[in-house]
Amino acid sequence: MGLDINTKKAKKNAYRISKARGIGASRIRVPGGYLKAEILGMVQEIAEKYGNGIVHLTTRQGFEIEGIRLEDMDAINEMLQPIIELLDINQQEPGSGYPASGTRNITACIGNNVCPFANYNTSELAKRIEKAVFPNDLHFKIALTGCSNDCGKVRLHDFGIIGMTMPQYDPSRCVSCQACIKGCKSLSVNALRMENYKIIRDEEKCIGCGVCVTKCPTRALTRSKKKYYKLTLMGRAGKKNPRLGEDFLIWTDEDTIVKIILNTYRFVKAYIDPSAPGGKEHIGYIIDRVGFTEYKKWALDGVELLPETKIKDCVYWNGIHFDR
Amino acid sequence: MGYQIPRQKADRLFARLKQNYTIYAPKLFAGDGCFSDTDIIRYGKITDLDEIEWNRRSDYSFKEALLAINEVLFYFTEGETTVPPCPEKKLLIFLRSCDLHAVKRLDTIYLKNGAEDFYYSRLREKARFVLMGCWETCDTGFCASMDTNRSEQYDLYLKLSGSSLWADCKSEELQPYFAEAEGTVCDVQPDSVTENKEKVTLPRKLSVESFQNPIWESYGSRCIGCGRCNFVCPTCTCFTMQDILYRDNANVGERRRVWASCQVDGYTDIAGGNSFRKKQSERLRFRVMHKIYDFEKRFGFPMCVGCGRCDAICPEYISYTNIINQLAKEET
Ligand code: SF4
Ligand code: SF4
Ligand code: SF4
Repeated sequence: MGLDINTKKAKKNAYRISKARGIGASRIRVPGGYLKAEILGMVQEIAEKYGNGIVHLTTRQGFEIEGIRLEDMDAINEMLQPIIELLDINQQEPGSGYPASGTRNITACIGNNVCPFANYNTSELAKRIEKAVFPNDLHFKIALTGCSNDCGKVRLHDFGIIGMTMPQYDPSRCVSCQACIKGCKSLSVNALRMENYKIIRDEEKCIGCGVCVTKCPTRALTRSKKKYYKLTLMGRAGKKNPRLGEDFLIWTDEDTIVKIILNTYRFVKAYIDPSAPGGKEHIGYIIDRVGFTEYKKWALDGVELLPETKIKDCVYWNGIHFDR
Repeated sequence: MGYQIPRQKADRLFARLKQNYTIYAPKLFAGDGCFSDTDIIRYGKITDLDEIEWNRRSDYSFKEALLAINEVLFYFTEGETTVPPCPEKKLLIFLRSCDLHAVKRLDTIYLKNGAEDFYYSRLREKARFVLMGCWETCDTGFCASMDTNRSEQYDLYLKLSGSSLWADCKSEELQPYFAEAEGTVCDVQPDSVTENKEKVTLPRKLSVESFQNPIWESYGSRCIGCGRCNFVCPTCTCFTMQDILYRDNANVGERRRVWASCQVDGYTDIAGGNSFRKKQSERLRFRVMHKIYDFEKRFGFPMCVGCGRCDAICPEYISYTNIINQLAKEET
């Protein structure tokens, strides 16, 4: 009997069809790249039982178990089940493997689990977004990073989420040491100055990185209780027009971000080119085609912005054009 | 006299104390630490027994209750100066044994080192101290090595345990509150530790020769001069002066004194642009030797009380205790 594989279904089920006939790879998405070490052992077991013993650490914080035989997909899906459960991946039917792969793994830098610069728990928010968007299969790339250093390279994604904090200043605790001013100047955007021995923050200039807060030795500067984010839009790599994502919302919150992402799925369903190869048209190109104003209308549908949120009326992208 | 007071009655007692005293105690400030989702324990005014952080040593000491970080000394207009009034209410300050020993150091500097400091003295007279027990050692403290692990000099000892408040009241002024509280009279002894994880031996042969010790350079080259070690220390008392001229009228303003740090740039600057201790290694040497040598030479007991806060806060992991122990070891 010949090898009879529905490749579309296999790809959606997170299998790669490789160059070698009959051979594929099993892709394991790890939201936020944050996982219990016991999963490593499970990956190893699958790789040694069904693969060729090699695992690729993907560029999107997943594992790709190489050299599996496509007829073993069902058996592998069984073995993936404990991993899927530990990672809390949305799944309709237990034992059926990953239900979707079009929307890419939501990646995150290590965030405030470890990093002193990070302004929030990136892996927790990555998981929250994972729960909200999957098993959507449209081609979306979402990434999170703890602070404006952007170690997560989120500006290369459709949605880039950058952690911010609004520095809170208690002048009665300030000793005029200027550690904050020096820190902001050398590590960030030079938004602070001293007047009459007290600190003045240029609110237009401040990017909410939190460096000043980490430098203050007396806790005169502390983080805002509310966690803030910058949402950047429609960065991408690719053949035609690679470009960095541009700021859309500054000083926004988690709920708004989740709503906008979900609204964007609706937008894409309405406007995607039905003849796009593999049913995949990149959101950025759809917005290029339809216009930002129309996208913005969809994106902000039912969204109530915080009063402190700054929104860009129009967003323009640059990047390199190979397609002109 | 010792008392066991059931919780409800203790809350009523506390409410009565609150009427006549401003109460300062270590409090957890959630999210106010240096890094995201980290907390800080520092002093603040409290209105309820549950606001007190009973279990962990505070990151910053009690000293800000007696020595404000920013204190206006006087306001001036062209012809006159006005001294701000002293707060009317008395103070009740919760602290641990090491810190109660630090009060003696503050008193020494501000009251017994030449002329009395007017501002310190007027507030100090109003201050009463509530000892909090230590039933186990904190991580970095070395009170047992410094002989500060026990203290008898408290006005009140309080412990919240189970559904009772345990008290030992030594102050006559506070006694009536307890007599009124309808607790059970019993013997209450402050909890104290007899041993710490950190053990420190003070060097005994320091002198000006010690300036040449390479240890200062080896640690000084790691120090970033942030001043945290001074700001958390219960016995650091330095301040600097700031004259503020109001923006709309530069003939009117105020003079403040503000905490200063011997580790931070500017501390030894003098008119003409000179500065005495330019290198971090010199500043670190000054701090360490002041804590365990200079002060003792003058007053007969070391300045450091062994609370261990400077070791716990240093972002560069510079261990003051390790420096001291190394200096002592070199003498043997
Ligand atoms: S949060 Fe703002 S003021 Fe503080 S260091 Fe960053 S840019 Fe500067
Ligand atoms: S670092 Fe803190 S204490 Fe120093 S000048 Fe800035 S706000 Fe004031
Ligand atoms: S806390 Fe550490 S780095 Fe900061 S001044 Fe003190 S010794 Fe230096």
